[in-house]
Amino acid sequence: MAKKLIIDGTEIEVEDGITLLQACEQAGIEVPRFCYHERLSIAGNCRMCLVEVVGMPKPQASCALGVNDLPPNRDGTPKVINTRSPMVKKAREGVMEFLLINHPLDCPICDQGGECDLQDQAMAFGKGGTRYVENKRAVDEKYLGPLIKTMMTRCIQCTRCVRFMTEVAGVEELGAIGRGEDMEITTYLEQGMMSELSANVVDLCPVGALTHRPWAFNARPWEMRKTESIDVMDALGAAIRVDTRGREVMRILPRNNDAVNEEWITDKTRHVADGLRTQRLDHAYVRRNGRLEPATWTEALDLVAKKLTGTAPERIGAIAGDLCGAEEMFALKSLLAARGVANLDCRQDGAKLDPALGRASYLFNSAIESIEKADAILLVGTNPRLESAVLNGRIRKRWRHGGVSIGLVGAPADLTYGADHLGTSPDTLIEIAEGKSAFSGILRQAQHPMVIVGMGAAARPDGAAVLALAARIARDAMAGKDAGWNAFNVLHTAASRVGGLDLGFVPGKGGLDVPGMMAAANEGRLDVLYLLGADEIDMNRLGKAFVIYQGSHGDAGAHRADVILPGATYTEKDATYVNLEGRAQMTAKAAFAPGEAREDWTILRQLSAVMGATLPFDDMRQLRAQMFKAAPTLAALDSVSPAAASGVERLAERTGKIEDTPFTSPIRDFYMTNPIARASAVMAELSIIKAGSGRIRAAAE
Amino acid sequence: MLADKDRIFTNLYGFHDWRLAGARSRGAWDNTKALIDLGQDGIINEVKASGLRGRGGAGFPTGLKWSFMPKNDPRPSYLVVNADESEPGSCKDREIMRHDPHLLVEGCLVASFAMRAHACYIYVRGEFIREREHLQAAIDEAYAAKLIGKDNIHGWDFDCYVHHGAGAYICGEETALLESLEGKKGQPRLKPPFPANSGLYGAPTTVNNVESIAVVPTILRRGATWFSALGKPNNTGTKLFQISGHVERPCVVEEEMGIPLRELLEKHAGGVRGGWDNLLAVIPGGSSMPCLPKEMCDDLTMDFDSLSKLKSGLGTAAIIVMDKSTDIIAAIRRIAYFYKHESCGQCTPCREGTGWMWRVLERMERGDAELEEIDLLFDVSKQVEGHTICALGDAAAWPVQGLLRNFRPVIEQRIKDRKRGLAVAAE
Repeated sequence: MAKKLIIDGTEIEVEDGITLLQACEQAGIEVPRFCYHERLSIAGNCRMCLVEVVGMPKPQASCALGVNDLPPNRDGTPKVINTRSPMVKKAREGVMEFLLINHPLDCPICDQGGECDLQDQAMAFGKGGTRYVENKRAVDEKYLGPLIKTMMTRCIQCTRCVRFMTEVAGVEELGAIGRGEDMEITTYLEQGMMSELSANVVDLCPVGALTHRPWAFNARPWEMRKTESIDVMDALGAAIRVDTRGREVMRILPRNNDAVNEEWITDKTRHVADGLRTQRLDHAYVRRNGRLEPATWTEALDLVAKKLTGTAPERIGAIAGDLCGAEEMFALKSLLAARGVANLDCRQDGAKLDPALGRASYLFNSAIESIEKADAILLVGTNPRLESAVLNGRIRKRWRHGGVSIGLVGAPADLTYGADHLGTSPDTLIEIAEGKSAFSGILRQAQHPMVIVGMGAAARPDGAAVLALAARIARDAMAGKDAGWNAFNVLHTAASRVGGLDLGFVPGKGGLDVPGMMAAANEGRLDVLYLLGADEIDMNRLGKAFVIYQGSHGDAGAHRADVILPGATYTEKDATYVNLEGRAQMTAKAAFAPGEAREDWTILRQLSAVMGATLPFDDMRQLRAQMFKAAPTLAALDSVSPAAASGVERLAERTGKIEDTPFTSPIRDFYMTNPIARASAVMAELSIIKAGSGRIRAAAE
Repeated sequence: MLADKDRIFTNLYGFHDWRLAGARSRGAWDNTKALIDLGQDGIINEVKASGLRGRGGAGFPTGLKWSFMPKNDPRPSYLVVNADESEPGSCKDREIMRHDPHLLVEGCLVASFAMRAHACYIYVRGEFIREREHLQAAIDEAYAAKLIGKDNIHGWDFDCYVHHGAGAYICGEETALLESLEGKKGQPRLKPPFPANSGLYGAPTTVNNVESIAVVPTILRRGATWFSALGKPNNTGTKLFQISGHVERPCVVEEEMGIPLRELLEKHAGGVRGGWDNLLAVIPGGSSMPCLPKEMCDDLTMDFDSLSKLKSGLGTAAIIVMDKSTDIIAAIRRIAYFYKHESCGQCTPCREGTGWMWRVLERMERGDAELEEIDLLFDVSKQVEGHTICALGDAAAWPVQGLLRNFRPVIEQRIKDRKRGLAVAAE
């Protein structure tokens, strides 16, 4: 039912149930606010959004007043709302004056300066001067962990941070103590916040009370070039903005994308930025007499070309890592396929996902946004809080609305919502599949059931059979329901994985997968191994194989390598990544790679020329055109097209022996999952704190 | 003057037995079944007809408030009794709870029945220890006598719980009280939704003052016409007046609404210390109401409407009398400090404004201010009033406004005196 209102003289129709503030926004009128935030509960405490409702004696907080609570006038005419009347102007000036009387005038040294809501709104809605001559309040700084710098004197008590931690992050570690003007926001015990999403409170803070500690006093917002990009720390593909000054990435911030990350990112996504600067491979290296020595590109590429052309194809293997863009995987695959190499794999954790079954067998089919529709969720061998913290927040959001049953088969964990721990091993899964568990009934009755399978289930030796079992549960749960709903969901942990599977970067006919290649290398049956940013495999079990490492960081792969080809990170190249639900998205080049490092596809293109098998593309446009031909799904940018459910059917029909070993999460340390994170000092500090569950002691303590 | 036969609170001073036997001898619990038999609508109509206005301060018609409770709601309904009597000057509810608790318990049963509630919570102020003990004892007696509880003799299952607050003034605000009762930090909720729609645990709830509930059984027994014949139109019945300050004998007394202030003070409190002409000002309804200078008090009658005409209010009818020895600026400064201290800190105008007003008054008391700051202070109080989530902002602003409206010359004189003193010292 639409509702008529007259806002500032313009009559508009708004939908039922929205707030007056939203109605004003729909009318194109900006209403100032501090405490109100679309994704948090309504607090109504800053009083900045006061508007005049004609007929009501007092100005009304528009964020908290629903249009439903505004009946039409007695004579049937619509309610009249004024946002520019003298009453409103006076009210806003009054509130702004109150907010400023105890706010320090330290804008010149405040990191929020230039992107501060208080600063902006004081300019727009405040009075010029102050009438306050008393002393200002001062508040002790609080320790909120290594990510968040506090200056609580600046706090205007909007409680956005408290509401975020309580509602979205699900960690009740932040609250307000004290009363009146002595009210303070604190963690009570002055411990760092133990949430993977904690740094989002800094974005929410409308003033400079909470700022980013790792970036403190480094840059002003207006000095930085802003590049819209995509995150690769997990498979979610969160929308980010990369801020650079010169060639240095200064910070990473979230962007809005309702379908993926809303507007949250994990602490890892945000604060991995310093890892982009350290441990970088800025030079080609060649191992001579057991030592890696700097080499020119020509030397390195000549050596690689010699190895690749001089070795029999079945004795060559290639593994793509977790951060690879689709372009370089496509280039490498094209290069090696021309040589007849079948030993390709992009699943360095050994996940038993098989793209031959169809896309639906490896995607998060229900789509991230649809988690909010789910009424039964079965988590299998996964800890989404560690594997995709923002997605976990989405599940929590669903749970907070009520009417959903969540079951967990896997290692017990605090997921921030109420999940029934059904069991730890595949035995429980078999019970559910056979209808012997109470959760079978829940799934059967659910209109929108979801089965979410993690890499902890897929990357086991019996992963194929476990996946098939989960697919059977999903298939049975879907039977006779909404035809557009696919209950089978794979929760990936690697940003490159879905793209790699879409491109078929998996063993060809008779080819070896990752465990196969490693065994072969160890036993001397594989002579050359091309690691495209692959660092998560056991480098001690590669025998005497000649290892080519192409990547950005001096991590495990580079240490083992015989030749190092320095590549670019995700902020230094335009690359395509497909997120876990099958959404192709592109990163944008925000900075140049350091030293002699180059964008990865160009390395492979040049290598092909040296090998005498020049790849048939000269620029990114040509490469992409061919890539889209090979994998058309990659061309549909920023959209999700449902995969044919037959993929799940085919997967469900597979059988295999299932071991009864408990599921474990593939992520042992959330802050150390990839080479960039391992190079980051901030991540290292967080990792230590998490391990010790406390703050790092200074030497004197 | 109220005749003894028309008194509702017949043991206000604790001269008699407060326990069940004593209460029964004074008429409490006398055939309460008959009151229940009036039916829900019957009770509400009778209370509406009596013209009873809420005794907690705002004076909202009690029967009307009850009629807002939904009739066919799957959720349980609750009655919550606000016994968090914290307004400086107010001390009537504690007298009811410690000397006549059965009136309250019986009222809770009847009122809960009228609003289809099977449970009632009484939120008692943290500092009230003995009062809570008496109240709990009275409830225990009522349970034992099967007057309340499951399968009681009145045929309406009813449980009554006493909850002890922790001594925050703000928890007397009805929605902050509900938050506190739910175990959360006592901070007022946004309205709408009003408690009648979504109150305690999200269920329909009515919050009433102790006195409002305690008078209901007597009103029903003696009839709405009896009650409405007392007092003045729209300001009917009897009321507990609490007289404190510069009178000969401070007291709590039940009187008719609309009694002249002077008569009230002189009959019951022995008059103003040093005679009526020694009166400086009166705060008529608890510390949150604007004070009135003597000229306004001479012909003042104590009821909601005449006081609101004077831009003050009856509030809880806690009359604070100040004679000419009072430093009125210091008095209001102390009240401003109280509101600064008790502000919950949730919303901006009250959090920031109360401290500002107190600090300015602190200086004005010494005369250490500029004349323009009088207008500034008034402006600040207007910026607080009506801009907050709950009424505490208004309560903090009104006393300051009362001071500025009625005693502006005193402040100006103080400021000028200090300036003159400084000038003399400089010579």
